[in-house]
Amino acid sequence: MEKIKLILPLLVYLGITLYIAYYNSPRRKKSKDFTNEYFIGNRSMGGFVLAMTVIATYTGASSFLGGPGVAYKLGLGWVLLASIQIPTAFLTLGILGKKLAIISRKIDGITINDFLRARYQNKWVVIMSSTAILLFFMAYMVVQVIGGARLFEVLTGLDYTIGLVIFGFSIIFYTVFGGFKTVAITDAIQGVIMLITSIILFWVLKEAGGGMRNIMKTVYEIDPNLLTPSSGGAITKPFIMSFWVLVGVGLLGLPQTTIRCMGFKDSRSLHRAMVIGTFVVGFLMIMMHLIGVMGIAIIPNEQLGDKVIPILAIRNLSPLLLGVFIGGPLAAIMSTVDSLLIQTSSTIVKDIYINYIAVEIDQKKLSRISLWTTSIMGVMVFALAYHPPEFIVWLNLFALGGLEAVFMWPILLGLYWKKANATGALLSMGISLLVYVSMTVLKIKLFGMHQIVPTIAIGGLVFVIGSCLNKPSSEEHLAIFFD
Amino acid sequence: MNKINKQLKKEAIITVILYLIYFVWWYSFAYGLGDVDPKDYKYILGLPEWFFYSCILGFLMITTLLWISIKLFFKEVDLKIYEKNAGREEWKK
Repeated sequence: MEKIKLILPLLVYLGITLYIAYYNSPRRKKSKDFTNEYFIGNRSMGGFVLAMTVIATYTGASSFLGGPGVAYKLGLGWVLLASIQIPTAFLTLGILGKKLAIISRKIDGITINDFLRARYQNKWVVIMSSTAILLFFMAYMVVQVIGGARLFEVLTGLDYTIGLVIFGFSIIFYTVFGGFKTVAITDAIQGVIMLITSIILFWVLKEAGGGMRNIMKTVYEIDPNLLTPSSGGAITKPFIMSFWVLVGVGLLGLPQTTIRCMGFKDSRSLHRAMVIGTFVVGFLMIMMHLIGVMGIAIIPNEQLGDKVIPILAIRNLSPLLLGVFIGGPLAAIMSTVDSLLIQTSSTIVKDIYINYIAVEIDQKKLSRISLWTTSIMGVMVFALAYHPPEFIVWLNLFALGGLEAVFMWPILLGLYWKKANATGALLSMGISLLVYVSMTVLKIKLFGMHQIVPTIAIGGLVFVIGSCLNKPSSEEHLAIFFD
Repeated sequence: MNKINKQLKKEAIITVILYLIYFVWWYSFAYGLGDVDPKDYKYILGLPEWFFYSCILGFLMITTLLWISIKLFFKEVDLKIYEKNAGREEWKK
């Protein structure tokens, strides 16, 4: 009976998601331009959906599990670090949004590679970026799914495999049949669930701890350093400053965010999304990480790591509320995986298959191939999560930074610098990735900074030098991007 | 049509300025008020003063400032004219 109370809210929630997928299915609507409908949802996102899908895609397991876990260990300093992410949403949308919206319409592009191919007119740029997307997204998805299934195990007491199957079936089903539009709309719902659940837990814990002032007092008595910005020296300045690149400026050009700049309806949607997005992300980040700190006072002196949020929820919420709560972190994970899955599929179908293998293809065959590709990739992710190979876990360590190293400069400079050309882009992509991976593997830290900082600096320099070595594109061609 | 491009550049610059304002706010309150002995901390709403100003107020400040800046400086752009089948030539003029 207790278990049913736990699972019930989850099933209701999954049912709604599947219904939305069915309702929005491009097949059901017999659309004329299948790829446009399936991979970018006919550019129909409004402000609220755009804001939520950007945030929900970006907010995965780490914001609900890993991040609060570290905050439980290091205190308020880690919440300070997490709030570096607050302005990232508006930075990305404000700099890339309108420009990409206009260009993607002019070139009729629906993927990041459509933009890169049009801008740099070079096969190798596209091949390199496709490879980066496929490898890093795969690793990223597998690790997210593992996190989700483990969490399911901890919270419900049911087997890891059951979690994997329920989870896998629903994500694959609604992504395969619903396409981008469903992904975006479910992201919005999942975002709302994340908000509600974090408010519930925050409130319950605040009451349990006897108010915020009391909680902070207890934390102070455990260790005064937990209330300082540097956590008593554990969070050094070069380290925390690096996060202004890793989860700040570096996210400009991250494929899963950038693609969303191609999918909104009108400029008003973009303006609204910037404000809503900043508000929601700030609310969520501060609250989730603060919950981690409150955990210090409520369950002191335990080695909880990233289980701190689930354990706090189990010990403080009633079964039904706990059932509602499970939706939060699971929503965070699902909304990340579905977005990466549809983008992986668009990379294979649109950027590789249509471009280089089958140029002439009718809509019916195309829709069949797209659905199959999405299904196969989805099944692969869950199969890998069942027995994760070491290579995937290793690869995931580079996923975020690696994507930033490859994409930031080619997208940013491609949009704003006329002289940017393929030579600069190729050199920058290759060398940045090489620098990032080797510095991480060899554990080289310049002045205590995260490896992403020198990577981005070198990548930018190489891009500029490389571009100056060769001619810029013709004025006529550049008109598409700058007029 | 270069007018639109100028406007886009202006909006990008405003975005960067807002980002810098948040950074300065975040940094000065956190390390200006927080880098002292924790026994001297003052508290607002139960939270240490540096944290309240830097994170909570900083968050509300930037959201409000962003909202105002968008109202004042950001312009609506008609995206439809750039679409494949809809008056494609219009933007070329």
